[in-house]
Formats: sequence, C-alpha cells, structure tokens
Amino acid sequence: MKIMPCPLNGPRNISEFTFGGEVTPLPDVASAPDSEWAEHTFYSYNGTGVAREWWYHVPSGYWFVAERHRVTDDILRTYDPSELPADVLNSQQEAFQ
Amino acid sequence: MPFALLKYGLNGDYPFEQDADLPTPTALKPHYDVVIIGGGGHGVATAYYLAKYHGITNVAVLEKGYLGGGNTARNTAVIRSNYLTSEGVKFYSESVKLFKDLSNEFDFNIMYSRRGQLTLAHTDSAIRAFRQRAEVNKHFGGNTELIGPQEIRELVPTLNMKPGHQPVLAGLWHQDGATARHDAVAWGYAKGATQRGVELHQLTEVTDVLVEEGKVTGVKVRQGSAEHTIRCGVAVQAVSGHSTLLAEKAGFKLPIVSYPLQAMVTQPVKPFLDPLVSSPAFHCYVQQTGRGEIVFGGGSDPYPLYNSRSTLELKEQLLAHAVELFPFMANLKLMRQWTGLTDMTSDYSPIMGLSPVENYYLDAGWGTWGFKSTPICGQSMAELVATGKVPELIKPFSADRFSEFRQVNEMGATAASH
Repeated sequence: MKIMPCPLNGPRNISEFTFGGEVTPLPDVASAPDSEWAEHTFYSYNGTGVAREWWYHVPSGYWFVAERHRVTDDILRTYDPSELPADVLNSQQEAFQ
Repeated sequence: MPFALLKYGLNGDYPFEQDADLPTPTALKPHYDVVIIGGGGHGVATAYYLAKYHGITNVAVLEKGYLGGGNTARNTAVIRSNYLTSEGVKFYSESVKLFKDLSNEFDFNIMYSRRGQLTLAHTDSAIRAFRQRAEVNKHFGGNTELIGPQEIRELVPTLNMKPGHQPVLAGLWHQDGATARHDAVAWGYAKGATQRGVELHQLTEVTDVLVEEGKVTGVKVRQGSAEHTIRCGVAVQAVSGHSTLLAEKAGFKLPIVSYPLQAMVTQPVKPFLDPLVSSPAFHCYVQQTGRGEIVFGGGSDPYPLYNSRSTLELKEQLLAHAVELFPFMANLKLMRQWTGLTDMTSDYSPIMGLSPVENYYLDAGWGTWGFKSTPICGQSMAELVATGKVPELIKPFSADRFSEFRQVNEMGATAASH
C-alpha cells in the first residue's frame, strides 16, 4: 500500500486521494488571451524530477499540495495550500473573488 | 518412413527460413537521410513503408533498449476501430484494414485473429453513445452493430448479465475487432525494413537533438560509453511514453502527461471466450489469447509516473471488476503482470505531424491507443517524411490543435479508466 501523508488527516492509503494536476499560477481571469488559457490548460510539467501537485482527499473534501518525484514516486513534502508562494496563491485567490 | 523424415531433416535444402534473423549490427554512419528515434512498432513500421513504398533506404532507426521493448511489448494487442469521431474512426479503420493482410504484406506470421470486440452498455447513456459509434463506424466501412442482451448471451455465454447493480443492457458488437501477436508486428516490420537496407541500431540512446536555425540537423547518441554525432536530413520521434523528454531536447513542449498503464494475464485454460469483451462501466476488458490465457486490461494508473512498476492496488481493483463480469474466473491463477508508459493527451487522440522544428516530425501522444494504429501510423509517417506534406488522414492530429481548441475527443471510446 502506498501512503500519502495528508496535511489534514495524516498518513492515508493513496487510494483515498485524487491527483489534481500541476500547481501553476492561474492566468489573469479578466484579461488573459485564449492562447494563455490554452497553454495553462493543455501544457504542464511532465519531466523526470520533482513536481508540485494538487491532491484531493476525497472522503474529507480537502485539497492540498504534494511535492512528488515523478520517477521514484517519493512524496517529499505535503502542505496546506496556504503555504504556497505568494504568486501562485494570489492568482488562485484573485480568480475566485 | 521415419528414415525418410530423418533424411529430409538432415538435408541441406530443408526449408527453414534463411533470413530469420535481423542483419548483424554495423557501425553508425556519420549521416543518414532519415533518422527515426524509437525502435518500437511505430518506428520500424515507418522505416518499412519508407523503404518498400518510397524507395528511401538511407534510414537509421535508433532504439535505446531492444527492438519493440517499450510499449510495443506491453500492450494488450487489441485491434479495433469502434471509436466515436469521424476523424478517429476514419484513421483507425485504415489500420484495421492494413492489419488484415499484414502477415502477407511482410511475410511474417503476426498470428492475426479476427474475434470481434463486444463493448457492454450498462446505462441508457452508454447505449446512446454506442448507437452513434455504430453509425459512424458503418459510415467508414466498418462492421459494427448495436446488439441486445439475447445476442450478447449467444456471443458470450459465460458472461454474467447482471453484474453488481449494473445489468448489461446492450452491446456494441464490432466484428472487425481482432488481436495479433504484438511482438511479431514489430519483428515483421523490422525484418522487412532491414532487408531493404534500413539500419536498426539497438542499445543506442539519443542524448540530444541538434537544431540549427529552426531546422533539425542531427542527433547525438550514446552506445555503451561511446558518443557519436549523426547528421540527418529528416528526423522522426516515435518514443511514445517518453515523448516529452525527447521533445525537450529538441527545444519544445508537448501537451502530454505520462501515466503508467498496467495489464495482467492468467494461466492458460480451455478456449471458452471468442470475442474481446470490454466494459467501460467496470473499467476493464477481458480476452482469451490463442494460448488460452485470459488477458485483463483496465484504466490508467491514477497519477503520472515514469515508472513501469506494477501494483497490488490495480490487481485488486481490476480483478474485482473482472470477476463481477466472469465470476468463475476468481479461481484462475494470475501468471504475469506488466506496465507500459503512456503519453496521455487531454482529448485521448494522438499527436502526429509537424513540430516547431523543421524536418522534425512527431509520432506521439499514443496513450492507450497505439498498438492498433501501428500500420496506419507507419504508412502515414512514411508519407510525411517522403513528401514533406502532412497526409490528410492525420491532419486532425496536429500538435497545435490544442492551442486552437480543435481537439478530437475520443475519451468515451478509448480507455477503460473513466
């Protein structure tokens, strides 16, 4: 069984979680052109290093961030989204004003 | 009588295949007209059509591992064209046609077996989708019908028609569905290509792609501890599973995320299952090989990873569902489990054609739909290389369709993961 250390619920079976894609700053909702939206939607990190990812604990409805190595599958760090860097966090928060 | 047979067997004219093996490896040349990066089914198929139908033989296929050792060795060998979109069905139908005669085409037995593929509908919305798929398929010359429970019982007497809380309501019966020996497809194309002068270099990894003024000029390769630079006129990347990593060397991004895809097979049993049976609602498909083994395939792994490890989780999930459909299979012994690495695109269609680098062509985004496309992919990519023009058949699969919101959505008709 692979364990995901959820920041809220502690270590749980990874089958309780859903992968939510790469963490990236959102384009400016008001002004971004289609090309920027396409880039944001269709292109994401797909390398062999550490990726910063959104994960969702389905039973508790909790979204968080995990830093995971894309080859070894080591989960290096998990944390609440409030700990994201300002540029990413602000873009997400502004989008939902 | 037995002495005659012995004498025959010891005779020098005994008709075993003289040229069964591939040519012995030679040293890399400093230049080729065409370099194909990736020696899987797609790569060697492209080389074959270039050599046989376009007379282009100054070609090198570079494979970092062994011939057909990547996803070509790891799929469940399904051949079908019962997709949803016109662009998709037209494309896959061409491949189905080529597969029918492929053993004769390159004089190598691919153990092609036309079984028919039955996809099960457990909901009304699935029936509606199947009706559309049947009509689109028929429009492009396919043999596909929507059938009811009675016909399903006749085709698959061993199927549990009331699995769990989702009874089987109808089926998409695609008589063109088939299987083939996936390794043999790669071997047949490789043999045909190398016999015509194409060079296949295994254990040869491309470490860099050389681009000058927006045009590909060559590749850097590593063989053991030696490094070589090879100049080329045209390059094709056919490394689905690792497409992003290679594209990065050539200086551009691809809209792909790499997910593992697992499959497994049981011990052999007496033949009891003729068609290939698939249930999207149960996220699994089941077929019996020519040797009697039961192959199970399902959905992709739940998160991206560049690792072909197999998991207990998938065994449990996949087999729990398969056993709902065929309860007696719970007693079978599982023999082997394996994993491939898939280039998943957001619309579940491939990426073929031009790249941002001139003379550098793409054969990528093959997700869970790559093996069945091997012949038509080889033929189309060869045409692109030979003429420099993207064939009409693969124009819908261009890499820039995403930026222009022209996706070819085959999600419903591809994988079993949703």
